[in-house]
Amino acid sequence: MKLSKEEVEHVAKLARLAVSEEEKEAFSRQLSEILTYVGKLNELDTSKVEPTSHVLDLSNIFRDDVVRESLPPADVLANAPDRENNHFRVPKIIEERE
Amino acid sequence: MDPTQLTIHELHGQLKNHKTTSRALTRLILDRIKSVEPKIHAYTTVTPEAAMAQAEAADQWLQSGRPAHPLTGIPIALKDNLCTQGIRTTCSSKILENFIPPYNATVVRRLNEAGAVFIGKTNMDEFAMGSSTENSAFGLTANPWDVSRIPGGSSGGSAAAVAADACISALGSDTGGSIRQPAAMCGVVGLKPTYGRVSRYGLVAFASSLDQIGPIAKNVTDCALMMNAISGHDSYDSTSAEIPVPDFARALDRNLTGMRIGIPKEYFIDGMDSEVLHAVKEAIRVMEKLGAKTQDVFLPHTEYAIATYYILATAEASSNLARYDGVKYGHRAKPTKDLLEMYMKTRQDGFGPEVKRRIMLGTYALSSGYYDAYYRKAQCVRTLIKSDFDEAFKQVDLIVTPTAPTAAFKIGEKTQDPLQMYLSDIFTISVNIAGIPALSMPCGFTKAGLPIGLQIMGRPFAEETILHAAYAFEQATEWHKRKPNI
Repeated sequence: MKLSKEEVEHVAKLARLAVSEEEKEAFSRQLSEILTYVGKLNELDTSKVEPTSHVLDLSNIFRDDVVRESLPPADVLANAPDRENNHFRVPKIIEERE
Repeated sequence: MDPTQLTIHELHGQLKNHKTTSRALTRLILDRIKSVEPKIHAYTTVTPEAAMAQAEAADQWLQSGRPAHPLTGIPIALKDNLCTQGIRTTCSSKILENFIPPYNATVVRRLNEAGAVFIGKTNMDEFAMGSSTENSAFGLTANPWDVSRIPGGSSGGSAAAVAADACISALGSDTGGSIRQPAAMCGVVGLKPTYGRVSRYGLVAFASSLDQIGPIAKNVTDCALMMNAISGHDSYDSTSAEIPVPDFARALDRNLTGMRIGIPKEYFIDGMDSEVLHAVKEAIRVMEKLGAKTQDVFLPHTEYAIATYYILATAEASSNLARYDGVKYGHRAKPTKDLLEMYMKTRQDGFGPEVKRRIMLGTYALSSGYYDAYYRKAQCVRTLIKSDFDEAFKQVDLIVTPTAPTAAFKIGEKTQDPLQMYLSDIFTISVNIAGIPALSMPCGFTKAGLPIGLQIMGRPFAEETILHAAYAFEQATEWHKRKPNI
């Protein structure tokens, strides 16, 4: 399994990860090697095997929707890189119309 | 004897009988940290003032004559991926360098209620991704037995701190061996409980279907006492099981008569380190002498465990780590022209190379067109690995193996080759895939004086059986009494 530089760029974009030229080279080489190793799983016929997502026999766990105390806004916002009043502040999302 | 070298149960006796105080003990541990930290760097953060305040409170409780928990006044270290209210929790990552959680993890709250003293946060591979603690953004941790070697990982700081008497006991987390492998490398006892035994509320998530919190301790008794304090259902973690918690300390017994122990040949492979092989075979003989019956068992899908793990764990990680976007907490890259650029640069600056590699691998495995070939395939093989254990545990009560194929390797030996590093987890990973409990404890030393780890696996929620066998082996041997010369 070979992962090209273009595929690395595509995956990095999906992962919201900016990557340098050096990283693209390294990831292409290392991920190709790891994926080749992982290809080992194809030795096994799993056509009749059910997938396991979770080892515990759990179904949905419900609780009553009751009002409980939550963290004070000041505590929640204390770690915010940027904020305004009780809001998280982020760079502009919506384009302005000329 | 130097009190820093004592165990929880020994110190509990001294504290209860007013032979020492938690303040005196905490001061000694803080002094010990000062003297060994320049050599091993086990901690990311040490909290002397908060620790002394907790010690003071513990002493008042002990003075009052009220019944004290075995952990009251005992200095404990916490892996730096466990949220501690008001105390920096970094996951050894630049992206969380200044993160101060507004709440405590459930295990932290439980230890707090038991009166434990938190001495600091321990170093780890960034986001628990690694097997050597070399992937920390804040510098590596060295093995107290030989500072040119790795302490194992990802809970390398916790294991090194326990081994060096820089705390009395510690918590780690284990996603593919991150408690057991460093415990083996540092010659201490580490237990990964059954998936669901311990609440993970407040554990920074890596791979949610595999992560579990557990103790790293100086001996088996301490391990049981820590388990008593942290186990049990928690309404804040829907994956924590509503299964009664026994008194683990009551399970400790020296006799193994009637215990059936399985030896899987898949864990005794060609090219394995001969000193490790010899020590583990010798340990099995000791267990037989104590009354255990051993037999071969088969875990035929063992060779597929690493491939399965590196798909499942990275897929889950790529999803869990999507939250580090520079909005609500953590590092944010500045200035950026728009939101997308902020996300991309924040994550580029904030994550180290191994974390990026795993996010990339996981994103690829989950991406359109590859999901069935990788992620679903790995989930199917997970079923096969799990049924191997189900079958084996129909015949035996426990399975005994080496914890790792070698003793601690040299710093830098495997950093250039990610796949070689992954392969060092070969004996620990299946346990997480199957969700079962397993413990590592010292069972010998190499000629060079490095500890060798013995792994004992059990059925789901049968930590008692594991601790029973571990205690019997420990009482029959002297390995746990050796101390590194640091």
